[in-house]
Amino acid sequence: MFSTLGRYILLLRLSFKRPEKFSIYWNEVMREMVSVGIGSMGIISIISVFIGAATTIQVAFQLSSPLVPRSIAGSIARDSNILEFSPTISSLVLAGRVGSSIASQIGTMRVTEQIDALEIMGVNAPGYLIAPKIIACMLMVPLLVIFSIALALTGGYIACVVTGDVSPADYLMGVHDGFMPITIQVALVKAFVFGFLIASICAYQGFYTSGGALEVGQSATQGVVYSCVMILFADLMVTSIML
Amino acid sequence: MIEIKDIYKTFGENEVLRGISAVFEPGKNNLIIGGSGSGKTTLLKCIVGLHEPTKGQVIFNNENFTEMDFEQRVPIRKQIGMLFQNSALFDSMTVEENIIFPLNMFTDMSVSEKRDRADFCLERVNLKDKNSLYPSELSGGMKKRVGIARAIAMEPKYLFVDEPNSGLDPKTSIVIDELINELTQEYKITTVIVTHDMNSVMGIGDHIIFLHQGKKAWEGSNKEIAHTDNQELNDFVFASKFTQAAKEKL
Repeated sequence: MFSTLGRYILLLRLSFKRPEKFSIYWNEVMREMVSVGIGSMGIISIISVFIGAATTIQVAFQLSSPLVPRSIAGSIARDSNILEFSPTISSLVLAGRVGSSIASQIGTMRVTEQIDALEIMGVNAPGYLIAPKIIACMLMVPLLVIFSIALALTGGYIACVVTGDVSPADYLMGVHDGFMPITIQVALVKAFVFGFLIASICAYQGFYTSGGALEVGQSATQGVVYSCVMILFADLMVTSIML
Repeated sequence: MIEIKDIYKTFGENEVLRGISAVFEPGKNNLIIGGSGSGKTTLLKCIVGLHEPTKGQVIFNNENFTEMDFEQRVPIRKQIGMLFQNSALFDSMTVEENIIFPLNMFTDMSVSEKRDRADFCLERVNLKDKNSLYPSELSGGMKKRVGIARAIAMEPKYLFVDEPNSGLDPKTSIVIDELINELTQEYKITTVIVTHDMNSVMGIGDHIIFLHQGKKAWEGSNKEIAHTDNQELNDFVFASKFTQAAKEKL
């Protein structure tokens, strides 16, 4: 375990060495940002709307007491979505979508000797292949989480309109009342950390792939599993530190 | 010139290379031959720095490559071109982008200069007008030729070739061999080729090293190989009835 951690840290150090040519790395970062950000908007939209709607309906169901104002459903759904569902569930989905793609892409380059070709040319392969992916994920996952929060709250509103469990006016009042900006800060810090974990862990798994197609698949699976576990652990750590 | 001194390489308990020394001169096709598992590719990877030798030295023009770190190796690596067994072209890039890649990384050439260089390299390997194709759209022989074009893009002093004929038909193999030979002679490149193709050995083997069980078992030229009394080499080179018959005619 310690040797794996050591190799991971050394790989990260190599990844953030001074680039050979900044413009090429910048282009790579932009390309990865489009791939991670735009490419993930569809799946993030779908899960966010449904989770937002389901959360609102479940909270409304549990608030059956006439002594509790119905607008509380909006407040609870808002905080649940901002603090937990949008950053964590979105990141777990992104670990599957983006992380597996990173691990399999780098793993395939390893087994087809493309990484060797880069090294022979004198290119710092971890820097060229991994750093742009980590930077792109650290920038795009927070933006996707903001997008997800907005859609989750919209999903909650749609659920109120469709089911009538909570009136849309009560829901909107609940969403506005008692809003604490720190919840957004916590969500963004989580997203930033999760973005780093997804890209770095999956890149590590891909970079040290050896063998053939079977091992590339195994690296992708391991990358997703390890990054999901680390996302949940980091979720607990950030929550306990910031709240 | 490349000099290797007493190279050992061990993977765990398995000693793959056992004290190999040789000198590879410019303008010559230096062939490393041997049976499967004899350590040919491991030796090539030790020379280019993809594997670190357990013991021994690799010297490029009096510079000890083995003792250098990654940064110190970069100037030498810029002078190295390598053709991999499976070509190792970047699949996400077109043929032209593959060739331009090292130029983008290490030169300040303008876009038109880089395009001209790519066109020149492609013309040199008889692949004119294939600039916009992706590696998946190329045949095995074409991939090898693009690999060579990429390898010569930076005008290398050293060319390393791993199994250039694997997976190719005999006619295409000869074309690739002739191309490597022409480039070696024309630009006075120090070329090191790992192969077990007998046509290559007999056709372009100016200097041949035969590896057997991780040791250098024989060294000479293609003219000398037919008359050697080295038993392992004879068993390897003249393994088929066809080559035996050819030897008897010599």
